[in-house]
Amino acid sequence: MPVYHAELLVYLRPDLLDPQGRAVKHALNTLGFHEVEDVRMGKAIRIRLQAENDSQARDRLKEMAEKLLTNPVIEDYRILSLEQEP
Amino acid sequence: MKAAVVVFPGTTCDFDAYDALKEGVGVDTEYVFYQTRDLSKYSLVVLPGGFTYGDYLRSGAIASRTPILDAVRDYVEKEWGFVVGICNGFQILTESRILPGALTRNHTNAFICKPVGLRIANAETPFTEEFEPGERLSLPIAHADGRYVADPATLQRLHKNRQIFLVYDPENPNGSVDNIAGITNEKQNVFGLMPHPERFWHPWLGSDVGIRFFRSLVRRVRHG
Repeated sequence: MPVYHAELLVYLRPDLLDPQGRAVKHALNTLGFHEVEDVRMGKAIRIRLQAENDSQARDRLKEMAEKLLTNPVIEDYRILSLEQEP
Repeated sequence: MKAAVVVFPGTTCDFDAYDALKEGVGVDTEYVFYQTRDLSKYSLVVLPGGFTYGDYLRSGAIASRTPILDAVRDYVEKEWGFVVGICNGFQILTESRILPGALTRNHTNAFICKPVGLRIANAETPFTEEFEPGERLSLPIAHADGRYVADPATLQRLHKNRQIFLVYDPENPNGSVDNIAGITNEKQNVFGLMPHPERFWHPWLGSDVGIRFFRSLVRRVRHG
């Protein structure tokens, strides 16, 4: 079966305060990057998985995200990349 | 009656919860491990505090997907008794959707470990009956992810059904919405709170105010 490399990005929902992002924004402003208006910190999750094809891989990743990888009450996610191993 | 204290890898407050129940209230208490699939013989199940699975992914996320949480869900639906989640136990209950909302990073971005001021917001639940309405008390907190959040519809429901039984007062240490420190479900057989009543169960620990929560529940179990 083909092997895929996937990368998921998870962020706190935009309406929720992200204290880490706020601290980083303040630090950037303090360093002179006054143009920085907002910083949001998230997490990236890399997964290597077997799948018949691209769409099956996507379906399985979606299931993983909903069952464990994210908490939909507070987080949004997207599949940043999905590539078949050469 | 029998009480269960659930132990996961990374649980740290199991001894305190056990002592509060066994020594403080005089209940026959047992530790049960997270592989357990049947809780029917217990009248009370406590999910104690700690750092289950190292808080990896999100606090409580991995513990909430272990077999015992299916047993807890079953226990709650069949109304076999009461479930109490303290601190990480509360996070496990929200992660498993047994309680609504979620607990996320404190607005200060810091781990906070200190006694805080609280107020009983509903003294008519089985967990708070030994308190006066609006009574003030102090309990220790020890968490980094204690900021309770919920969508507006959930919040409205929590207020309408008086499911918020404990609030921070006068100071909110973690930025939780509406100063929420503890909530119950609609049936009032599941309770989740960030502060640690089991750390204040005996005067030797500085206060025994926490024992009143457990005594309330045990009285309800014994006398209905």
